[in-house]
Order: sequence, then structure tokens, then C-alpha cells
Amino acid sequence: MSAESYLASPRGVRSWLLTTDHKRIAILYLVSVTLFFFLGSAFAVAIRLELLTPAGDAVQADTYGRLFTMHGVVMIFFFLIPAIPTVLGNFLVPMMIGARDLAFPRLNLLSWYVYVLGASISLWAIVHGGVDTGWTFYTPFSTTYSNGAVVTTGIGVFITGFSSILTGLNFIVTIHRMRAPGLGWYRLPLFIWAHYATSLMMVLGTPVIAMTLLLVVAERALGLGIFDPARGGDPILFQHLFWFYSHPAVYIMVLPAMGVISELVTAFAKKNIFGYRFVAWASIAIAVLGFFVWGHHMFVSGQSAYAGMVFSALSFLVAVPSAIKVFNWTATLYRGSVSFRTPMLYAFGFIGLFTIGGLTGLFLSALGLDVHVHDTYFVVAHFHYIMVGGTIMAFLGGLHYWWPKISGSSYPEGWARFSALVIFVGFNLTFFPQFLLGYLGMPRRYHAYPPELQVLNVMSSAGASILGVGYLIPMVYLFWSMRYGARVAANPWGASGLEWTTPSPPPTCNFETTPVVTQDPYTYSSEEAQVVG
Amino acid sequence: MRWELDLFPERASTVAGEVDALYLALCLVSGLFAVLIAVLIVVFAIKYRRRSEADLPRPVSGSLGLEITWTVIPLVIALAFFAWGSSLYFTLTEVPRDALEVVVVAKRWMWKFQHLEGRREINELHVPVGRPIRLTMASEDVIHSFFVPAFRIKRDVVPGRTSITWFEATRPGRYRLFCAEYCGARHSGMVGWIVAMAPADWARWLRAEVAGESLAQRGAKIFVQHGCASCHRGGPSQRGPALEGLFGRRVRLEGGGTVLADEQYLRESIESPGARIVAGYSLLMPAYRGLVSQEELLDLIAYLRSLGPAGPGTEAR
Repeated sequence: MSAESYLASPRGVRSWLLTTDHKRIAILYLVSVTLFFFLGSAFAVAIRLELLTPAGDAVQADTYGRLFTMHGVVMIFFFLIPAIPTVLGNFLVPMMIGARDLAFPRLNLLSWYVYVLGASISLWAIVHGGVDTGWTFYTPFSTTYSNGAVVTTGIGVFITGFSSILTGLNFIVTIHRMRAPGLGWYRLPLFIWAHYATSLMMVLGTPVIAMTLLLVVAERALGLGIFDPARGGDPILFQHLFWFYSHPAVYIMVLPAMGVISELVTAFAKKNIFGYRFVAWASIAIAVLGFFVWGHHMFVSGQSAYAGMVFSALSFLVAVPSAIKVFNWTATLYRGSVSFRTPMLYAFGFIGLFTIGGLTGLFLSALGLDVHVHDTYFVVAHFHYIMVGGTIMAFLGGLHYWWPKISGSSYPEGWARFSALVIFVGFNLTFFPQFLLGYLGMPRRYHAYPPELQVLNVMSSAGASILGVGYLIPMVYLFWSMRYGARVAANPWGASGLEWTTPSPPPTCNFETTPVVTQDPYTYSSEEAQVVG
Repeated sequence: MRWELDLFPERASTVAGEVDALYLALCLVSGLFAVLIAVLIVVFAIKYRRRSEADLPRPVSGSLGLEITWTVIPLVIALAFFAWGSSLYFTLTEVPRDALEVVVVAKRWMWKFQHLEGRREINELHVPVGRPIRLTMASEDVIHSFFVPAFRIKRDVVPGRTSITWFEATRPGRYRLFCAEYCGARHSGMVGWIVAMAPADWARWLRAEVAGESLAQRGAKIFVQHGCASCHRGGPSQRGPALEGLFGRRVRLEGGGTVLADEQYLRESIESPGARIVAGYSLLMPAYRGLVSQEELLDLIAYLRSLGPAGPGTEAR
């Protein structure tokens, strides 16, 4: 190869910190989000330890409030939202469309610095007292009663939001303007469609959470009466504004994950995706509908029953495009050549867990049933199935699939399969009992709970320890593989996709010559497609 | 450690069975879908497993028929559950007419209950079985949420508003009450019990303690103490709207429109009278926000109800 790999040159810390190469920025993000993932996990460990016994004995009540708040804030804002787009998206969006970089490379680097700045401010808040409002910052608790560092945390999250906006903007422009010759919209990998839909949500939704957090800061620090009824404000207004972003944020977390799964399923079934256009447009449908379901977080807040009905109906509707995707992934396996390599195990895990997460979403969309399960562990279990069972499974699956491309080395397959299995088992043992706990009525955010609920809580804590081990193993062997793993060729999986046509790891310019695309994505065979059904 | 493993909380209200029915139906349908997907994946993955690296399956073009099928079937099922869930919601939120009134004040970190007859309780609420109970709730600080799993009901208690919910216990017993909205460090200590009793036992319980004044009587005193009487009672000095027979009636507003004089409107008119003024009057009244406590406010509303003809749940006495 004539050009050196992006990892090899230029050398030095400075060249990394001032890089505008999307691949290097992806690595910077990988390091940062991984740190925050393990920080967030540490809080989770403390939570599960506390909940081993019904009495609130391991930590103080005040500390417990800080633990689950910081678990939520760190995991959602500093890991789940950025994880897939900024690591895999950053690395792959240009490569998949045959471009040399994103449209605005320097903006891309800026977005990493903005992320680091926002995250550091929030970290500072965590060290200096922490926050005890829950990641939802509900008013008037957050503005008037909390004794935590609400303002600092809020400012940290506010700043981090700009990183999201910049990344989204960069992707939108890149996908519109920088596709290789011949790469029409319907020839784009579904990973790109998913990232396009995600970017739209980031650009449209994030400003709303930014404004909302600023209003919270204004009320808390300056005493303006916006949300606190004692000062003439309305606490429910906060919930509308907060969920207007934070519900779409769930789709910001899971849409890129769906994009990853479309790539994995096709590569390891060696087959074109079933119903390409349906999967592609399902992403857009989710992005659009996802903006109109926020009120389902407020079914017991006193919002009008008719508003509740509209939000309930829309929440049921958003389940349909998700179902379409699941069915199409399943149908893709039909008459494929299915391999059980690690990324595919994660893809299977994703489909199973996401299906359960999605279906339990229907329970919460049903007005009369949500009244009982709202704010209980049923909700906690549901969103962990989506975010951990969905997003993290896909992130790990994608990381394994593209690891040879990113690092140029292969990881130990045996260990990788083993840890995928450990994660799947540990995950289900942790979170399935929480559905039962929730229906039994255990409220979320409880430091102590009635003794009759202990068995299920012990199961959940036991599962969490297995899950923790499952997450540590890949951390170790991926590091190990960078030094000791076997070198890999350009396309070790025999996958389609432009990213596999260039050496592993790729040269800084990605492609020596701009590729020209002449066929549909996921073309593995030159045979004519068979008609089924 | 207690080795119990229940799947359902007790069913102790008139609606619990209906909520469980919807839950079970959703479990069944979701279970079927999850099993269908799981079986298809396992079968396809095994049947079409890669036998050699040289395998090159023939591409399959999509199928419009299948796409329509798996769009329309989930859509129809989803809409059916939407309808079921919504109709159940109306059952859960529409208070029966003959409900017994209980006033609830939530504050960090306790539940205060007041029976109409005047008896007060903290973190424990005694109610008769077989009689709907209407809860009029207010919060003194942050958002709380009144949650009784055995009754399958939950309602946020939002400061600045009056929140209403109801239940009818079906079996005597003690049922856990939780605060379900995070309200600070001792959130998980903001718990209590609902004690459902046979009606005769309950009547005896209610009389056991000399209750002193009823809610309405206390409200009447507050009405005088705060000087409300000087403008709102008939006679030459009357400057505000008369309040007799007001509760539950529609009143015309200055500038057009009408409003139902319910708890919400009365609270608003006491706390910030300028918000919606009754037709024919001007804003002379000062805002009482912060001057009356939530308990006094609920007492006042109880008093105003007692002046009215036929609000839901009004007791003739």
C-alpha cells in the first residue's frame, strides 16, 4: 500500500488532539464514551448493591439519590446518546459513502472538544456534591428544593448538547453532498439512513432541551418563576418541554443501533436486506412520529384525558415501524448463509431484547395500564431493554464487526463469543425480574423497599454482577488485540460496503481513488433476485 | 430474606381485575410475537447456517404482500389495545357520583388525610369497602404521586393544582401506599397504608375519636379569619360574587366564556383571583397565594362545597 494507515501517521499526542480526520476523532470519542460508560456502570454497581437488602443500609438516602441521578445523567447524555453516532458514525459515514472525510472536519473536532468541555463540567459537579434530582430534573424539586449541583450539571448537559447538534449537522450535510458517484439514496447502506434520521432528530430536538435546562438554571439561580407554582410557574410545562426532547432522545439512541443491526444481519447472512425501502423509511417514520409521543410520560400528571388519548394512539403507532424492521431483519435470514460470528450473536441478542423492550412499550402506551406501572420498575426494565439490550448490544456488535477495520487487527473469537453470551444472560437476569417488580408496584428511585420484594431484587443484583463481568472481558481483549491480534486484510468478513474496499486500517484519505458505485447495497451475488411470498 | 415470589399484587379494588385483564392480554399477545420472532430466527439461523465460506445465497427480492401483512396486523392489534387502554382510563379517572370525600395533603415526606367529618390521619387512611372514595389532593412542596398497587391507581399530586383520583376497595385489609414521584432523599420513606374496613367497622372507627370540627366548619372559620366574609357574604358590603350554590355550576366570565366552578377554578380564584374574573366584577381581591396553606385551601374549598347545592360526593348533613 502506498499511503500509511490513519493510525500510524502522523505520530504524537499533538497530532491526535488536533486531528481533523474523522477516523481519529472517532477514536477520541471511543476513548471518552468508554470512560463514561464505566463511570456510569460504577454508579449502577452501587445502586444494585444497595438494593440487595430491603432496608436502606449500604448508602445514605441522600447518597442514593445522587447515585441514580448520576447513573442516568452519565449514561444517557455522555454515553448512550453520543456512543454509536460519534464512534461508529464518525468512522463509517464518510467511508460508507466513499468520501474522504465529513463535510466539516474542523467542526467535527470542535464537537469533540465541546463534548469534553460539557462532560468535564458535569464531572466537576459530580465531584463537588453531585446531583439528586434524577436525570429528569423535574421541577419544582430541581429548581427550589434540591441541594445538589443542579446548575453546574445543567450547564454541562447544555454544552454537551451543542456537540450533538454539530455532529448531526455534519452528518446531514455530508450525506447530502458527499456521496460517491452513482451512490443514490436507495443505494445507501441502511446504517446511513439510520444516521440521517438520527441527525435530523439531534438538530431539531436538542435545542429544546438546551432551552429547557437554561430555564431551569434561570429559575434556580436567578429566581425567575417559570416552573415553580409558588412563583407563578407551572411544573407540568417543564415536563412537556423536557420530554419533547427526551422522548425523541430515546430514538436518537436506538435508531443508529438499528442501522448497525441492518449491516450485521446482511453481512452475516451474506444476503441483501429484505424490504430495503421499508427498513429505510421506517427510520424516517420513527424519527417523525417520535417527536409526537412525549405526552405518554404524563398520563398520571393530570394532563387532559383527550391529550392522553392522542399521545397514547401515537405511541402505539410508533411501534409499527419498529415491528417492520424486526420482521425484515428476520426475513433477511431466510435462505441466507448464516454465520454465528460474534457480531451476529450481538445482532441476534439485539433483535430479541429490542423486541421485548418494544413490546413492553405497548404496555406503557396503554392509558389504563400505564396508570399502574408508571414510575415503577416496569418502566425501568422497559427502557433498559431498549437502551442496554438495544443500543449497547448494537454498539458492541458494531464495534466487533468494524474492529478489524478500525484497528487493523482481529480480536479473539472464542472470548468474544463467550462474553456476548455472558452479557446476554447477565442482562436478562438483571432486567427481567424488574418487569415483575414493577407490576408488583415497586416504585423507581426507592432507596428502601418492602421486604416481600427482596427475592426479585437479589436476582437483579446477581444478574448485574454477571453483566459487569461481561462488559469487562471485551474491554480487555480489544485492548490486547491492538498489540497482539493478528493483522487482517481489507475485507475479513467478505462483506459488501465501500468501507471494506480500502485497507484495514484505512489510510488517512480513506480511498486512493474515489469509488464509483454501480450496484445496490448488500449485493453479494450477481444472480437475479428471487421472488418470495 | 423472605422467599416469596408473587407475580401480581393483591387485587383489592373494583378496577384491579380490569387492569390485570388488559395486562394479561398484552402479555399474551406480546409473548406470541416474541416467540414467533424467536422461533423464526432460530429456525432460519439453523436451517440456513453457513456450511462453507463459499456459500453464496441467491438474493431475495422483498415482498410487498409480506410487508403489508406485517404492517397491517401489528397496526390493527395496536389500535385495538389503544381503544381498550383508553376506555379503561376513563373508568379509572371518572369519579362515581356517590363517592365519599377525603382530602389529601402531600408534603415531604408524609401523607396527611382529612375525612370530611373532620378526623385526621397521617400515613394511614381508613376507608370503608364497597364505597367509592374520592381523593382531593394537594401538595405543599414538590410533585408527589399517590400510588396504591393493590388498587392499580396512581395520580401525581402537583403543587399549584388540585389533583383528583378515586378508588373503591373491595376487600378489607391493609394495602401499601407509595409515593411514586421522586421527591427527595426520603422519597422511599413517604409510604403508608390504606386500611379498608367493613362499613360498620369504619363507621365505628370514624366516631371513635372526637373529631371536633368537620372540614367545612374549619373552612368556615378560615373564611372569616382571612376576611373573605367581608366581601363575599350578602349584605350592603358585598363586593365579590356570592358563593352560595356556586360549586359545580358554570359561571360566566368577564370578557366572555364560562368556566365550571370546580376545585381547580376555586383554587385559582383564591390563589390568583385575577386569572379568570366572574362577569360583572372587577379585580379587587388580593392574591392569596402563599397566604393560605394547602390545608386551609382545601378546608375553604370544602366549605364552599358545603354551600353549594349538589356537587358530586357532597354529603347531606
